[in-house]
Amino acid sequence: MENLFVNLARALSVWLQHLGLSPFGSDLLLLVLQWTAIILIITLNVLILVWLERKISGFMQERLGPNRLGPFGCFQTIADTLKLLTKEDIIPSQTDRLIFKTAPMFFIIVSVLLYAVIPMGRDMAVVDLNVGLFYFISVGSLTTIAILMAGWASNNKWSLLGAMRSVAQMISYEIPLAFSLLGVVMITGSLNLSAIVAAQSHIWFIILQPVAFVTFFIAATAELNRGPFDMPEAEQELTAGAFTEYSGMRWALFFLAEYTNLAAVSALAATLFFGGWQGPLLPSWIWIIIKTYLIMLVFMWLKWTFPRIRMDHLMSLSWKVLIPVSLLNILVTGVGIEIFKGMRW
Amino acid sequence: MFKTDRYIINIGPQHPSTHGGLHVEAVMDGEEVVDVMVHLGYVHRSVEKIAESRTYPQFIPYAARLDYMATNLPAWGYVGAVEKLTGVAVPERAQYIRVIMGELSRIASHMMFVGSLAIDLAATTGLLYCLRDRERIMDMFEMTSGQRLLSAYMRIGGVSHDLPEEFFPAIRSFLADVPRMLDEYNGLITGNEILQARCSGIGVLDPETAIAYGVTGPNLRASGIGYDLRRADLYGFYDRFDFEVAVAQKGDCLARLLVRLEEIQQSAKIIGQALEQMPEGEILGKVPKVLKPEKGREVYHRIESAKGELGYYLVSDGTEKPARLHVRAPSFINLMVLPVISRGGKLQDIIANIATLDPVLGESDR
Amino acid sequence: MADNDSEATSNQILNAMEGRVQAYPDPHFLGLRIEPADLPGLLLYLRDQAGMNYLANLTATDLKEEFELTYHLYAIPDNGLKMAVKTRVPRDGAQVPSVITLYPTADWQEREVFDLMGIRFIGHPNLVRVLLPDEYEGHPLRKDFKKEG
Repeated sequence: MENLFVNLARALSVWLQHLGLSPFGSDLLLLVLQWTAIILIITLNVLILVWLERKISGFMQERLGPNRLGPFGCFQTIADTLKLLTKEDIIPSQTDRLIFKTAPMFFIIVSVLLYAVIPMGRDMAVVDLNVGLFYFISVGSLTTIAILMAGWASNNKWSLLGAMRSVAQMISYEIPLAFSLLGVVMITGSLNLSAIVAAQSHIWFIILQPVAFVTFFIAATAELNRGPFDMPEAEQELTAGAFTEYSGMRWALFFLAEYTNLAAVSALAATLFFGGWQGPLLPSWIWIIIKTYLIMLVFMWLKWTFPRIRMDHLMSLSWKVLIPVSLLNILVTGVGIEIFKGMRW
Repeated sequence: MFKTDRYIINIGPQHPSTHGGLHVEAVMDGEEVVDVMVHLGYVHRSVEKIAESRTYPQFIPYAARLDYMATNLPAWGYVGAVEKLTGVAVPERAQYIRVIMGELSRIASHMMFVGSLAIDLAATTGLLYCLRDRERIMDMFEMTSGQRLLSAYMRIGGVSHDLPEEFFPAIRSFLADVPRMLDEYNGLITGNEILQARCSGIGVLDPETAIAYGVTGPNLRASGIGYDLRRADLYGFYDRFDFEVAVAQKGDCLARLLVRLEEIQQSAKIIGQALEQMPEGEILGKVPKVLKPEKGREVYHRIESAKGELGYYLVSDGTEKPARLHVRAPSFINLMVLPVISRGGKLQDIIANIATLDPVLGESDR
Repeated sequence: MADNDSEATSNQILNAMEGRVQAYPDPHFLGLRIEPADLPGLLLYLRDQAGMNYLANLTATDLKEEFELTYHLYAIPDNGLKMAVKTRVPRDGAQVPSVITLYPTADWQEREVFDLMGIRFIGHPNLVRVLLPDEYEGHPLRKDFKKEG
């Protein structure tokens, strides 16, 4: 079980080379297969996530949630997807059509790219980049461009306001997000996610870096545009913010991408602070799924409990609280590492 | 600072948080509100004109549909006005039943207020908790009148049905649960750090402005003025109950929320006392088959509705239909201060201000 | 409402307005009748001298020959006085001075009366329809308004 996927890939590669493919060709083909698998997993995962979120919010709000289709309504999202796919594709006449059409695609592509570096089990990162963390943060911030494209192209004041909020939010929260991760990087001495996981074989970084985890978690919520920081969408104020003019499958793509992002960031949190795929008894890839889901549950819990924060409070929280705290955390971590080294020596 | 263009944003009439067909036109400078204009009339049903072609009892269902969040209160105000005009006496038991149903309506309306404030600030769960508790009031309305939301339960001279047997255990258990419900709201909604940050100091309405603009009800009491028609005008036996007029001092959105939460508690207290004091007896006084008030008589009767001073101005021309009916709708008058308290704030504050002014568009547009 | 207190106030007001005000009987209110032109003066007096700082209700009735405007005044906090001020205007080109500067709450109430009854308020800064659409013709609360449909 443990090496199920790794062995599968190896066997496949050997088989392909037997068929007379060059090593390069077989690697390429394998990569394509891996990406297809990831995209499939992501889509299926989102189907489950949407259902789970509706069920959980129902549970929190003392109602039933979806319960008509299948046991516990678990086919509800499939029906919803079919509905969205068959809906008329409406593009308002005043929009910038090209950007309007590409924005959701851009968003979903960026979200999927995030999965490239996450080790989804022992030796199971698609690309084991030695700057994996850096890659994740930089690609993750691209999602804002997609929201900006959507908001701008919609040619609607609500959308534009939502897009502007998204940009302001991204600029403010990217900094504490990166800073809070620096502590982890300093301890490990590597930006490679697999190395970070390996460094946690004795102790999880949540214990060594609790402050970093808190700042990371808040900043990540803002990065994900999830409640209480869902400023770009802000249903109650901006109707649907940047996504106001979208409908049907285009809108669903945004939805899909947001959940994809959620899962990716949760997986990153699990990797950085909760020992990644490491765990007893169960195979490694099951461990990361369990941890990711638990973190996503916390995100959902937050969303369904808190009111939305106000835009200027959001800014001051980032600049006046999160950034100083995460900087201080870097200082304390640095001093701590030196002391630790001194003690050993 | 950058110089930016001003732009106009139209909040409503189709918008998730305008509580019906309210159209707010906001002149914005970035996220800052420069000016606000309110446009009404999307739910105008010409109720006042309809009244002129209906007999006095026929209008009761229309009155009950004015403030559909607290259906018994506008109906009570209307029958009270007609009783004053015609001199019909109301039996004691009926008055107590009216107090009980009226206060239940007030609680229902305030619960809806708390819930809708929560959802307008994006705390969806808060709404569902409030709706869950409001549901029990709706069930009680169904027991008494057969209708849940728009029970035209009031009659000129009394009420339509006596309270049924199963009503009493239901209301007793509801009253016993009110403190627990308020605890829950305080924990989930009022106590929330983000909600407090979004409400305290936002939309401040000072007492002088409030009086000048004719703001009444909980909104006025949140500005530190303990003006309650249940005390000032003495209708419906309110002098027989021991309750306090809820007042908060700051006049901001948070104060408006706290006043309502306190009023839920006080209303529950009134209902408890009314249940104790209620005598046996008739529920409908002696009412002539055809009501024809003297020609030229007029009356202005006002009650403390859930939103503020709800007044009915009735003029009789000696026929069985009123010559003129005017509804002094608290939602209509209270909305007038929305521009005053929203200027200089943020876009998101407009939403909080609308939610805490608690307009019901069916009443303000009539 | 015919106790000594309100009678004294009534006399005071009648004296202060030097015969421009007539009292009229009303079972619940202290009723005052005045010509439209003197209305702002009376309300200014009532607000500043009699403490009636709260204009609860402002409405108009179509009496077929003329319109009657009624202003219901109270005090906050309550001082036991309730007043109804009435004034009549002829049907043709009906107009009254606006009291918006005295009572800002008159703003929408006057707009409503203008909207539904068609009485113009002189001095109102923004006298446009409030409930009906701007392009609507006619004033529905007039007795001669033709109901259709």
